Amino acid sequence: MTAVESEPAETPEQPLSAPLDIGFDYTRSVGPVLGRFMAALAQRRILGVRGSDGRVHVPPVEYDPGTAEALDELVDVAGEGTVVSWSWIADPLAGQPVQRPFAWALVRLDGADTALLHAVDTGGDPTSVHTGQRVRVRWADEPVGHIRDIAYFVPVADPPADAAPTAPAPPAAATGADDDTTTVDTVVTPVQLSYTHSASPEESRYLRALADGRMLAQRCPGCDKVYIPPRGACPTCGVPTTDEVDLPDTGIVTTFCIVNVPFLGQRIAPPYVGAYILLDGADIPFLHLVLGCEASEVRMGMRVRAAWKPREEWSTTLENIAHFEPTGEADAPYASYAHHL
Amino acid sequence: MTEVAVVAFAQAPNVRRTHGTTNGVEMLVPIFDEVYTRTGLSKTDIGFWCSGSSDYLAGRAFSFISAVDAIGAFPPIHESHVEMDAAWALYEAWLKIRTGEVDTALVYGFGKSSAGELRRVLSLQLDPYTVAPLWPDSVSIAALQARLGLESGRWTEQDLAEVAARSRRDAADNPRAQFSGETDVATLLGSAPTTEPTADPTADLVADPLRRHDIAPVTDGAAVIVLASAERARDLADRPAVISGIDHRIDTPSLGARDLTTSPSTRLAGEAVGTDGVEVAELHAPFTHQELIVRDELGLGDDVRINPSGGALTGNPMFSAGLARIGEAAQRILDGDATRTLGHATSGPALQQNLVTVLERG
Repeated sequence: MTAVESEPAETPEQPLSAPLDIGFDYTRSVGPVLGRFMAALAQRRILGVRGSDGRVHVPPVEYDPGTAEALDELVDVAGEGTVVSWSWIADPLAGQPVQRPFAWALVRLDGADTALLHAVDTGGDPTSVHTGQRVRVRWADEPVGHIRDIAYFVPVADPPADAAPTAPAPPAAATGADDDTTTVDTVVTPVQLSYTHSASPEESRYLRALADGRMLAQRCPGCDKVYIPPRGACPTCGVPTTDEVDLPDTGIVTTFCIVNVPFLGQRIAPPYVGAYILLDGADIPFLHLVLGCEASEVRMGMRVRAAWKPREEWSTTLENIAHFEPTGEADAPYASYAHHL
Repeated sequence: MTEVAVVAFAQAPNVRRTHGTTNGVEMLVPIFDEVYTRTGLSKTDIGFWCSGSSDYLAGRAFSFISAVDAIGAFPPIHESHVEMDAAWALYEAWLKIRTGEVDTALVYGFGKSSAGELRRVLSLQLDPYTVAPLWPDSVSIAALQARLGLESGRWTEQDLAEVAARSRRDAADNPRAQFSGETDVATLLGSAPTTEPTADPTADLVADPLRRHDIAPVTDGAAVIVLASAERARDLADRPAVISGIDHRIDTPSLGARDLTTSPSTRLAGEAVGTDGVEVAELHAPFTHQELIVRDELGLGDDVRINPSGGALTGNPMFSAGLARIGEAAQRILDGDATRTLGHATSGPALQQNLVTVLERG
């Protein structure tokens, strides 16, 4: 089967986009200085570290900002202090300590010489915070050895009557060896981010064609190579791919691997084959599954055909093709695909 | 050692949102064409490539690899990347030419800030143990810095509004700026009737004490600079902008441990390059008060023209706005409008890290 040129669309379409929500629980080793700071937080105490010049840094720093000397003299400071500067956030962002309008503040705790950045809750009232204000810690209900054990600060005079809504608490930290609760080894910080991911115009046309069961490629006007998915720029020529080419859903395996290892989120029981599929008429392979035969039977040059999901399940995704499976035709000779490896 | 010069600069339109991908290809291909046309170079003439961008802006790993497609990177090229503003990529490329290893380099930066929630994403550049887990956003941190200056008398609301008004007026002459407009301090502070139909200056304390006009917009964009050895530069531009000094320094990441109304790193970098006699300075200040800090630390007097492009306050494409400041400063020399200019770039929260370069007519 040979590639067929298709008519370009008459009207330009908006590129496809979709929400992309990603998250990861960052697990961080904290070392001896921050480890003791975190462990003290779990006991509702705040530690600072004495710097080369005698200044007490809160939060503690591991090395002096001026001399770079390693620091390890930890000292207790108060859970009460003075606002050095503040700013108001009317619409708190996800994850921020207070989930109603609040003040970010630099707070110099009594006994400290540097200021700690944290939240001050005034019950949502922007007029109830000022520089020089005395504030004190409101501890989390169940401290775990994490900076968020300081839930937020409240004014010493006239604190809000109700507790502020807060973001979900972080997971418990891992404590020192042999359950030594005076140090914390690691802290866990969940990070969640939300994006709008946009496909390029070329990718969007390819994805929309997939929803119709077509394999739409584009040819580079510079070097004549046929790319699927099409590219915003040909990696050889640096120009957008333009001429559209409909490809068949048959091709060959150029190279492959047999997956024997189970992993989180795996959808198929191992062993199975992940392979580079080079469609007939294409110049670049893409990764897909080869099923329908024993993993040990898959070989380079093997002829394969797409196994499509039922039509009612199709959308703008390559997942419309469940996998590729052998056609039973004779293998392609190595020389015919050597330059695509 | 080899002298290095800027021979071409181009930037994509600064816009609030593109339909493009986060790999920047759509923004980069046209501006690469611009600098090729201007210099007569083609991609095979470029000795070294260096870019600045961030996976956190794109929300995916190794996003800069896709951007390399815009180059046409096969056969393989000599390439590097920094997860910083591309001004720091320019520093790397400058070094590469200084050593004599290559005699041309193309530096580019790009970012689609609109893909995520920028001010929240930027909190992940903070200390990951005691600060980032609180998600303090970039605007709130700058606002803490602004208040310290306001309450100590270091600057006034009027000073800040004056910076904003001048930036908007100047941006009228910059076709790539995100926005511009004739305005004045009284209008911005709400003490005069507004002439901008969309503005609501009385209700724009978006991060008290910062007002809307104090804060750089969220911008998608890209920029590119071509560097060449001074010898090669003479063939590529009529008036190359020779880099007579470039230096970058960093302050402690501990926000509460330094005086946020100063920027020692900017001062040190400025002293290292020598800022005397500068006619034009392009300062990368995403907040109005930060321009005042940088200007003071660099010792720039009233005779120095600040940000004739409109600056970052009228378009702040993440990871290329700093490079664009150097490009704008170089362009004054390339155009024959100045003989000694300064470009500044910043990175991190509250002016934590700063790069200063001085350019001269070759």
